[in-house]
Amino acid sequence: MFENLDIALSVKNLNVRYGDALALEDITLDIPARQITAIIGPSGCGKSTFLRCFNRMNDLIPTARVDGEVLFYGQNIYDPKVNPVEVRRHIGMVFQKPNPFPKSIYENVAYGARINGYKGNMDELVERSLRAAALWDEVKDKLKQSALALSGGQQQRLCIARAIAVEPQVILMDEPASALDPIATLKIEELMQELKKYYTIVIVTHNMQQAARVSDYTAMMMLSKEGERSGTVIEYDKTNTIFTNPKDKRTEDYVTGRFG
Amino acid sequence: MLRKTFDIEMQQVKDEILVLGSMVEQALLDSVDALKKRDIKAAEKVFAEDQAINEKRFAIENNLITLIATQQPMARDLRLLASSLEIISELERMGDYAKGIANINIRMGDEPLLKPLIDVPRMAQKGVDMLHRALTAFVNEDAQTARTLPVEDDEVDALYNQVYRELMTFVIHDPKTIERANWLLWVAHNLERFADRVTNICERTVFIVTGEMKEIKATDDEFWKNQPK
Repeated sequence: MFENLDIALSVKNLNVRYGDALALEDITLDIPARQITAIIGPSGCGKSTFLRCFNRMNDLIPTARVDGEVLFYGQNIYDPKVNPVEVRRHIGMVFQKPNPFPKSIYENVAYGARINGYKGNMDELVERSLRAAALWDEVKDKLKQSALALSGGQQQRLCIARAIAVEPQVILMDEPASALDPIATLKIEELMQELKKYYTIVIVTHNMQQAARVSDYTAMMMLSKEGERSGTVIEYDKTNTIFTNPKDKRTEDYVTGRFG
Repeated sequence: MLRKTFDIEMQQVKDEILVLGSMVEQALLDSVDALKKRDIKAAEKVFAEDQAINEKRFAIENNLITLIATQQPMARDLRLLASSLEIISELERMGDYAKGIANINIRMGDEPLLKPLIDVPRMAQKGVDMLHRALTAFVNEDAQTARTLPVEDDEVDALYNQVYRELMTFVIHDPKTIERANWLLWVAHNLERFADRVTNICERTVFIVTGEMKEIKATDDEFWKNQPK
């Protein structure tokens, strides 16, 4: 299925519990490098929980327990010796609602790099990141202004620039365009096509057309059994296949809008 | 049931395709009947009514494009809509074969038929019968029928082969019949192509159901294997 692509992330027998409740059940799949992988599925099936496993964001939830392995280029990120902060430097995240810091545009982008003790030319890094996020031309004359004065779509691209500035290898996106209008959404989608030349992207989306438009691979998630709360991946294939000829009846029903 | 609106609209499109199919079936039978009776008026009517088939096809195509734009179909729904676009264009061209036969009839003017038509109406009947069942299979999304039906094209090919040889016998005996033989050969050729296109419709039905896009069988085999190299 991946032809000769490198594998960036490899999930093996992943289970997640919140307290006693099983949230994710036995997921095993590979995420190819420098491709866009979409995770789709009905509400409450664990898409975001799954995405958060890729950079140990679930560590921040006290009751969450993760079993199984997530290998990042062969290194298990859940190994006790691995520092989760280091993981998140390599595997960045963009959230549903744009969440810029209440600082200037410039400081938003520079923030992560400063914390990491970046020694290079900060002005260059900020410009490069803003250009990569297709925002530079719109903000180059007002870098000192507050990020909160930008439009929602600009704020989201600023968050992408902020994620890029620490030079990650993977960018996780949790519904990155769901709070944006259609034009801003298209800008994010176009941007993703540019970004995938350099970064591995995993996106959770409720918008199936968006998954069909932007992604190369699609994982379909679903509650594993009727009446239970634990989700799992029921089908994973090239996006073309998922949206034209899925193998699983439940995927078919979901993508044709007859379920979910 | 989600997608109720879409399902209703899609059913309407299927109904419209059946209407288009029956217009084409009628046109073909009428064109051959008019030829058999050398009824030029009837041929002119078939010729003129092809316009209605073309317009019907455009109307259905418009509905399909609107459905694609407004409903964003996926998976099987998408295959159904894309295949419907293909099928209506097959039907429109099958209508052109009827128009072509009517045209031959008109251009023959006062010339009598070279021979009474026996196998030519059989070819038409068989082609129409196949089309009818192919469209029923399409509407019912019945891949089983769609897979097996194209074999029957061999019967039409065999009839074509027979008509061809018969006409050649006339020409050999009396080369002055060549033009009249040629008219009828064109008619038979149109009917042979008509039946070939039924196979294309069947291939789409299989695609809708299985997602597999492939040729069911090479057409023209039966005819060509009987011809000298």
